[in-house]
Amino acid sequence: MEVTISTAELLTTDGIPLKQSLRKAERRNKLRAFLLVFPLLLFIIVTFVMPIGDMLLRSVDDSQINSVFPNTFNEYKNWDKGADELPPEEVYKSLFFELANGDKRQIGKALTRMNYAKSGWKSLIKKTTREIKKIVKKGEEPVSYKDTFIKINKFWGDPTYWYSFNQMVNDRSSIYYWNALDRTFDEDGDVVLQDEKRRMYIKTWLRTFKVSVYVTIFCLILGFPVAHLLANLPLRYSNLLMIFVLLPFWTSLLVRTTAWIVMLQQNGVINGILVWLGVISDDGRIQMVYNEAGTLIAMTQILLPFMILPLYSVMRVIPKSHMRAAQNLGAKPAMAFWRVYLPQTIPGISAGGLLVFVLAIGYFITPELVGGKDGKLIGSWIAYHLKTTLNWGLCAALGGILLGIMLIFYWLYNKIVGIDNIKLG
Amino acid sequence: MNDTSQSFVKFEKIDKSYDGEVLVVKNLNLDIAKGEFVTMLGPSGSGKTTTLMMLAGFETPTNGEIFLDTKPISKIPPYEREIGMVFQNYALFPHMTVAENLSFPLEVRKISKPDIKEKVQKALDMVELGNFGTRFPAQLSGGQQQRVALARALVFEPRLVLMDEPLGALDKNLREQMQYEIKHIHDRIGITVVYVTHDQSEALTMSNRIAVFNDGVVQQLSTPDILYEKPENSFVAKFIGENNTLNGVVKEINGSSCEVELEGGFGTVKALKINVNEVGEKTQLSIRPERVSIDSSTSGANNFSGKIEELIYLGDHIRARLDVCGNNEFIVKVPNEGSFRHKEGDQLNLSWDSKDVRALDI
Repeated sequence: MEVTISTAELLTTDGIPLKQSLRKAERRNKLRAFLLVFPLLLFIIVTFVMPIGDMLLRSVDDSQINSVFPNTFNEYKNWDKGADELPPEEVYKSLFFELANGDKRQIGKALTRMNYAKSGWKSLIKKTTREIKKIVKKGEEPVSYKDTFIKINKFWGDPTYWYSFNQMVNDRSSIYYWNALDRTFDEDGDVVLQDEKRRMYIKTWLRTFKVSVYVTIFCLILGFPVAHLLANLPLRYSNLLMIFVLLPFWTSLLVRTTAWIVMLQQNGVINGILVWLGVISDDGRIQMVYNEAGTLIAMTQILLPFMILPLYSVMRVIPKSHMRAAQNLGAKPAMAFWRVYLPQTIPGISAGGLLVFVLAIGYFITPELVGGKDGKLIGSWIAYHLKTTLNWGLCAALGGILLGIMLIFYWLYNKIVGIDNIKLG
Repeated sequence: MNDTSQSFVKFEKIDKSYDGEVLVVKNLNLDIAKGEFVTMLGPSGSGKTTTLMMLAGFETPTNGEIFLDTKPISKIPPYEREIGMVFQNYALFPHMTVAENLSFPLEVRKISKPDIKEKVQKALDMVELGNFGTRFPAQLSGGQQQRVALARALVFEPRLVLMDEPLGALDKNLREQMQYEIKHIHDRIGITVVYVTHDQSEALTMSNRIAVFNDGVVQQLSTPDILYEKPENSFVAKFIGENNTLNGVVKEINGSSCEVELEGGFGTVKALKINVNEVGEKTQLSIRPERVSIDSSTSGANNFSGKIEELIYLGDHIRARLDVCGNNEFIVKVPNEGSFRHKEGDQLNLSWDSKDVRALDI
C-alpha cells in the first residue's frame, strides 16, 4: 500500500475550504470592529493626519507667487548672471505686463512672499505698479522696459533685488527649511548663511534643545524619589501625595506660569525672603525670571507629573521583595538599588523622559511668559510667524523640523530601549 | 540531628511587635541544629513569617536575641548575614537571565569570573536546569522559576537557607514533586533549612522537626510523627491531620490515663491524660479517624455507635461522616477492601483503643 500525503487544502466537514469558511465566519466580526473604530479613524484623519500633511506641503509650497509671475520667472531662468549684471529685457517686459494685468489681491499676496525673501520688495512693486498703470493708461509702449523700470525706481537696477528671485522661481522650494536653519540662497542658488543680524533660529534651536534636555534631567531627578514614595508609601499617604502630584494638572497652565512669575521676579516672594533672611542684599536680588533660568524652573515644575506618573506606574509593580532578595544575596542597599531596582524602572524612565522631552521641545506658553528675551524657545518663533508676519511657510518648516526631530528621537528610542518597553500606566 | 545542645540557630526570648500594642511573636525560644530541616507551620498571621524575617534581618526583634553559630546577629545587616532565602514569589530579577540571577550574589562578593561561571553551572545542574542559563525568568514555568530561586539561594554557599512558603504558587502535582526535590537537595548537601509554610502535609513530608505556630507562640516543636500521633494541645491536634473531637468532663484520673464523661450523657471514654490536670476539668478528646475501627467485635475499652450521615467515595478509601455521641462531624476512613456494604443512615458500631484517645485542653 502506498501512503499519499495530501497537500490539498483543508476542508470543513461540509466540504468548503477551511480558509474560506473561516473568512466568512470572521467577516461579521471584522466589519463590526472596523465600524467601531471608524469614527475615531475619521477623526484622526481629519484633525491630525490632514493638518500635518497640509503643514508639510505648505512648508515646501511656493506655487502662489509662481501663478502670479509665471512669464517673468520663466524668462528670469534664462538670465546668465555671470555675463550680465542685470536680467535681460524680456524679464522686465514680462514683469511689466504681469504687474499691469495681474489680479490686485493675488499680487498683494505675492508681495508678502517677496518681502520674506528681501525686505523692500513690497513698497518697490507697489510704487512701480502705480507708475506702470499710468503708462498703460496713456497707451504708451516703452522702448526699453528695463530703462522704464529703472526710471521709475533706481532699485530696479540693483541686482540684489533680482537675486532674491532665486528662492521663488520654483513651485516647490526648500527655502523655508533653509531659513529655519539661518540659511538662504545666494545669487547662484547656493545655500549660504544668512546675514549675521538675521541669524536667530539656530541659536533658538540649540536653546530649545538644551532647555528640553535640562528639563528632562531635572524632572527625572526630582520625580524619581516622588514616584518611589508614591509606589511604596501606605495607601493612605500615597493617595494624599498623588493628589499633590495631580493638583497642578487641574490648575490652568496660565495660572501656574504666572504664579511662578510672582514667586521668582525680583520683587517676588523668593527674593523677598532671601533679602529678609539677609542671604542677599537688597540690590543683589537675583534675576530668576524673564531669562533661561525662569524657563527651566517653570517648565520643570509644569512637566514634572509627566515624569512621575509613568515612573510610578512602573515602580508600583516592582515587588518589594526584590530589594530584600538583593540584600539577602549580599548586596548593600546602594548596590541593590543600582543593580536590581533601577534597571527595572528603565521602561518608566524612558517613557517619562520621552514624554517630557517631546512636550518640552514644543513648549510655548511658559517660555513665552517667563522666558524673557533669552529664554524663548522655538515655539515662540512659530507663534510669531503665525500671528505677526503671517509667514506660514516658515512656520510650517519650523514645525516640520520639530516633527522630524521628534521622529528621530522616537526612532533612536525604539532602537535603544524598544518601543514596546514603554509604559505609561 | 535533633541534638539541640549545640544549636546552630538560637532564638532567645524573642518578642516582636509592629505597633507597640500587639505582640506578633511572644517569647519565642527555638534551637535549630546544624543540618536540620526545621519547618515553621501555622495559619496566616501566626507569626511564622515574621520570625523568618527576623532571622533574615528584614525585621528587628523587639526583645531578645537571635544567635547564629553562637554569635548574636541582631546588629548585622541582612547583606552580611550570609543567609540564603527563597521568597514566596521567588523574587527573581526579571531583567537578568537565569545565569545572571545566579551570578549576582557571587559578583557582589567579588568572586572571579571563571569561578562564578563554574559555580553557577554547578548550581543550575543541581536543580536540573543546566541548559537554561540564558533564559529570562519570564520564559520559565512556575516550577522552573522555583528551582532557579532555590539555586540562587544556595549558589553562594550560605550558612543557612530560609524558605518562605516557596511552593505556594505552584499547582498541587508540581508542589508535591518540588517537596521531594527540596528534601533530596537538603539531604545531599546537608545545609540547615528553615522553612515556613501553612500547608501541614508539606511540613510533614519535608521536615526533621516542625514548630507549630499559633498566635505568636510555638505550640509544639517536635518531629512530624510525634506531632501527628502525640499532639500536646487541641490546636496542634486540629491543625495537623484530620481529627475527631468529643467534648466532655474529666471524671477520674489514673496515672497517665483518665476517664472522661461525654457531654450530653453519651457515656464515658477512657483516654490518655495529656493536657488535663484535675477531676472536673473540661476537656476535648482527640481521636484520629484511622484509629477508629468499625463493626469490630473486639471488646476495646471504648465502644460506641454512630449513624452514617454521608459517604464519600475516594477510590482507595471511603470517607464516612458519622453522628457519634452528638458530634455529627465525626470522620472515619474505611479502607476500600470491597467489603463495606453500609448505606447512609445505617448505624455502625465503632471502637477505639484508649491509648489512641488524647484528653486535651478545650
